Amino acid sequence: MLSVTVSSGVFVLVGAVFLASAVEMIEALTIVFAVGHTRGWRSALEGAGVALVALAALVAAFGPALVHVPLDLLRLIVGSVLLIFGLQWLRKAILRSSGLKAKHDEDEIYRETVAILSAQPTGTDRDRVSFVMAFKGVFLEGLEVVITVLTLGTSANRLGLAVVTAGVAVVFVGVLGIVVAKQLSNVPENAMKMTVGVLLVSYGTFWTGEGLKVRWPGGDTMLVGLVAIYLVITWLYVAWLRSSTPNRMSEVSA
Amino acid sequence: MKRQGSLVVRVVKGFGMFWWDFLVGDTPEIFVAVLAIIGIIALLSVSGHFNVAAAIVLPVLGVSTLGASLWRAKRAAGK
Repeated sequence: MLSVTVSSGVFVLVGAVFLASAVEMIEALTIVFAVGHTRGWRSALEGAGVALVALAALVAAFGPALVHVPLDLLRLIVGSVLLIFGLQWLRKAILRSSGLKAKHDEDEIYRETVAILSAQPTGTDRDRVSFVMAFKGVFLEGLEVVITVLTLGTSANRLGLAVVTAGVAVVFVGVLGIVVAKQLSNVPENAMKMTVGVLLVSYGTFWTGEGLKVRWPGGDTMLVGLVAIYLVITWLYVAWLRSSTPNRMSEVSA
Repeated sequence: MKRQGSLVVRVVKGFGMFWWDFLVGDTPEIFVAVLAIIGIIALLSVSGHFNVAAAIVLPVLGVSTLGASLWRAKRAAGK
């Protein structure tokens, strides 16, 4: 029973952190590629590198501090944040899957970034525009990863595992990005986002309950049950929107 | 001194804006619903049947929140 509980919790934690980190890394990598191809790689890689160091510093600064917050309070706050964040992700993924919202287009982001950079005067060896653009892309996308890692890792008392998983995801997508050059639009991003949304909402529901002293049937194993419930509901919502929306692709804000 | 003050204001404002965008953004209904869910479950804790009810009500409210937000998006798209 204990091994089932531990392995199911760890499995969901690793899955959520890995997929969330990978999805955000794909978006960041698209911007870095656009900067590197347009203005040169040196400043683009420096900007991305400094952003990664800043993100690691955030985890190092806030991770140990969160351990001192009482566990019930921490789980209630983290659960609420994950529930909100997860519902937002899942909503977007369902709308994209049902055709009510345009799919996230990596090629479009690439073209837009290249257009912005091409309009700027070319720099010297140290290109400030490239540096700032790459830094912003990696840092802003990475902030969501940091929040996911900190909240999931500390609440599950497995911050180390969450950090390592995020690191593996970043390296994995980085290597994949180099191998496939800028063909990141081929990655099934919406399916990944939908999976992350289901995992975050499940964790959010579970920990909000734990924080409010709900005794879940089956204990921690209920987490897997919540994942199954939200997966089925997601599928039903997509089917409902597809069947009841004849005029697809009318843009929804957000 | 004044420059330091404005830097602090900018940092605090930026921090606040980040969390506002992150938690509320363009789906305020989700933010409000999650606050309401916490309130309902906390209220249930006062009653005697707390744990049985809460374990059922919490996921049901999560699912309903998602449904309501999707319905709102669908209506907005239809306009």
